[in-house]
Order: sequence, then C-alpha cells, then structure tokens
Amino acid sequence: MEPFKFIKAVDNNSAVLSASAAGAKFIAGGTNMVDLMKLNIEKPSQVVDINRLKLEQIETLPNGTIHIGALVKNSDLAYHPGIKKNYPVLSEALLSGASPQLRNMATVGGNLLQRTRCPYFYDTTFDCNKRNPGSGCAAIGGYNRNNAVLGASNKCIATHSSDMCVAMAALGAIIHVQGEHGTRTIPFADFHLLPGETPHIENTLKHGELITSVEIPAISFGSKSHYLKVRDRASYEFALASAAVALDISGDRIQSARIALGGVGTKPWRSLVAEKVLMGALNNAQSYRTAAEAALSAARGYEHNSFKIELAKRTLVRALTTVGGMV
Amino acid sequence: MDDLQNEEEQLTKVGSSRRNFLTQLTVAGAGLSFAPYLSKAKPVAPTSQLSFIEPLNLSMTVNGTKRSLVVDTRVTLLDALRNNLAMPGTKKGCDHGQCGACTVLVNGRRINSCLTLVATCEGDEITTIEGLATGGQLHPMQEAFVKHDAFQCGYCTPGQICSAVGLMKEGHAKTDAEIRELMSGNICRCGAYQNILNAIKEVQTV
Repeated sequence: MEPFKFIKAVDNNSAVLSASAAGAKFIAGGTNMVDLMKLNIEKPSQVVDINRLKLEQIETLPNGTIHIGALVKNSDLAYHPGIKKNYPVLSEALLSGASPQLRNMATVGGNLLQRTRCPYFYDTTFDCNKRNPGSGCAAIGGYNRNNAVLGASNKCIATHSSDMCVAMAALGAIIHVQGEHGTRTIPFADFHLLPGETPHIENTLKHGELITSVEIPAISFGSKSHYLKVRDRASYEFALASAAVALDISGDRIQSARIALGGVGTKPWRSLVAEKVLMGALNNAQSYRTAAEAALSAARGYEHNSFKIELAKRTLVRALTTVGGMV
Repeated sequence: MDDLQNEEEQLTKVGSSRRNFLTQLTVAGAGLSFAPYLSKAKPVAPTSQLSFIEPLNLSMTVNGTKRSLVVDTRVTLLDALRNNLAMPGTKKGCDHGQCGACTVLVNGRRINSCLTLVATCEGDEITTIEGLATGGQLHPMQEAFVKHDAFQCGYCTPGQICSAVGLMKEGHAKTDAEIRELMSGNICRCGAYQNILNAIKEVQTV
C-alpha cells in the first residue's frame, strides 16, 4: 500500500474540500477501497474519512419517496422494514451481495462506486484499460467467463459487479451529490458510464464530489418486485446473471414493468426495451420470454461467456414468473 | 514488502520458533527473489521506535480497555490488534475480506478487520476473541464450539465465534438454512460447518 495522508472529515463541506485535492479519495466502509489499496490499484495520496458525517438516515416522505443516506450500511438498508415491505427487490439484492460482515461495513454511497471484479483488473501483471488506460484489455482474448455481454467495447468488457445497483436501476433511483459549487442530482441511468473509449471513467461524479443520499421515488407496485441472482455457488459470490423486476399487474395484463439485469452488463443494465414489451402485454409465460429475448437482443458473447446470454434470459423469465405468478 | 515487514514485527513481538518457521515458509512461497531480503532479516526496533511515513495518534476501546496507539495511516485494524496491541487471537487468513478469519465486533457489529483501516476506528469499541470470556468463564458460544467439536485446525475459529456472536445479536437467522447463509462470510477449510451449525443452534435455543 502506498503512503497517504489521513483526514477525518467533520462535515460535508470540509469533506468535499479535502477530497478536492489532487489524488484524494473518500473512504467510508472501505470494503472495496482498502482491498484495492492493498493491491496498489488504488493509490490515493490523501484519504478522507467520511464515516462521522451525518448521512446515516433512511427517511420516508409522506408521498412515499425514500431518501437513503449515503452512509447507510448495506445491512441496515436490507433489513429496513419499509424497504423490505415496499421494495423487496432492493432488500433481496443487498442480501444477495457479499457476506454479513461486508454488508455491515459497506455503505450505499460506496456500493455505487464499487469497481469491477474482472480478474485482469485485479492482477496488475496484465493489461487493463480500466487500471492503466491505453494498455489494452487482457480479458477480451483471455478467460472472460465472468465478463459482460452487454455494453462492452473493444477497450473493456468488465462487468459492473454490484447487486444493489441493479435493483436501484430498476427502481429509477436518483443520486444526490454535493460538490465545491453546491449540490445536484443525477438520475441513476446517467450515473454509471459505458466503457466506450474511456473505461477508466466509470461514472459522472466530478473529482471531490460527495454522494450524500440516494432517492427512491415512490413506485406504487414496488412491493411486487424481486431480485434473482444466479451464481457459481449458493452464497458469497458475484452474479453470473441476475435480474431485478417489478410488475404492475391488473387483471390479466401487465400495466407497467421495471427490469434491470446484473452480472451481464458493463453497468447496471436497465432494459427499457424489455419494459416496453411488457407494457400492456398479457401476464403470461410467453410475454416473459418475449421480454427476455428483447432484453438480450443486443448481447454479444465472447469465447468463454456466451452461455450468459441464455442464462440471463432464463434468469429474467424466472424472476418475472416469481412476481407475475404465471407459469 | 509490507507483508514482510509485518512478519518481522511479529518476530520481534512474539519471537516464537513456530512463528519464525511460518514466516520463512511464507517467504519461501513468495519466490526466490525475496531470498536476499530474507538473509538480511533481523529483529527490528520495537514498534514505538519505528518511523512512520504518515503517523497517526488514535485511541479506541479494545475488550473494555481504552488503548492508545501510534500507527502509520496504512495499518489495518487486524494488523493493529496483532502487531501493535499484541493480541494475536484475531487471525489473518486471506487479508482481502474473503475468508472471515479476521472477524471482530466493532460497536457490537461483526466486520472484517483486514479491510478496516484502524485510522477509521477512533473512539470505537472493539471486541475480539480475547474479550468474549468473562472472569475465566468462556462465552456460551465458545463453550458450544468446544462441546460440538466445531473446529479441526482451529485457525478460522476466532473469526467463526466472533461472527456467530454477531449473528446472534443481529437476530435474522432462525432456520438451519438461514444460519448457514448468514455464516457464509466465514470459510472453514477443514469443513467443520455441520458442527459449527450445531454449536450456534445450541446457543440460540438457550
């Protein structure tokens, strides 16, 4: 680990100021950050500890909107009664990620900034455009079983590995941030970036900007939602494919749907095209399959991960079946 | 070289022949390129005399006792416990948050001490395996692990027990399947899982 100066922030303003210095990074739970620092992948010269900031509240407004403080621990959010009742997809996604110890440490804000688990990103002896821009991508011609089939470029095929983010993408969350020049909000879909030519730029946060909270807009059918994660072992493993779904069903029709996929995209993958397929469609297995085909229509497999395309379709169909109830 | 320096600190702190043997095994496993370093390895000054690149003063409560220490900003809670506070009960397994051997309780919640910078622990209350027994009486979870033979080599056990104590406080595991799922952050390579489950169930029903 490279040496760094450690600063304990006392409020949002001082945190943003300290983090605006060149080479500065925030630390909260540290579950990903400290790991990457140990591997000399992250080498901040200044670490700004934000754990004492007052960003640990979960607040439900009268209109149903939920504001989740950036420092709320993954476990606290997962077991929050209002989240479990009204947005089970989010609770289930959180509980499917990492281990209880890590969920007790990891924060909502940090989870949004979680880096990929592409093995070539972690192994510094390999080329990686994310870690070392311009060096090349060892995964494209390498062992890419866990890599992305949606949203990849010829510079990077790393998956976004968060489960929480997949649920938040489906729920259309809004991210609140504070910078040197004030506050702003970022719609979830605009927060994470596709790799394109610049895979090392992963989100639209500006240097020094602090995530203060995540807003979940009220969704009337949020309680009819589910997160399904498919992986190599039953627990404590990243997704090969996952699906976050919510359905608004009236009679035999689906009025509205929310769909996002994980483990297969270079960012949390909301599928508006699949949602459109389901809007007004009959609530039956045929509609689920048609939506799944649409969701993966742009998918491209690589040498070792083409199986993920069919796996993701079946994962989505299974998740829709669980919520929609039609076999 | 950080790991080697940590190992050196352990040598000077504890100095047992077993540790010396383990250290050399580790270095041998790391490859021949470290051989020159190994040949020069000597006990170094006590921690208090080491110079730090970015020193930090902090205090925290460990097992009910307030402890103050001066550490480099890079030191994890795990290394601070083992090297600076001479409490080697908490184990270093993978050192990357994947095995759970380093599990301790911070302010009553189980966490991975290997991924926690001790700098972030100012004022916190830490409970390690050394702090679970009271007045010579083992914690019920420790007793249950002994009774149910819930370990073989024992290396993961401090983490397993601290994790199990945290699990009980959280109160989300009712069934066998839930206990297994919510203990999945602790790997036991000897495979004592069934007996660990039995031990936890016994304490839960008391």
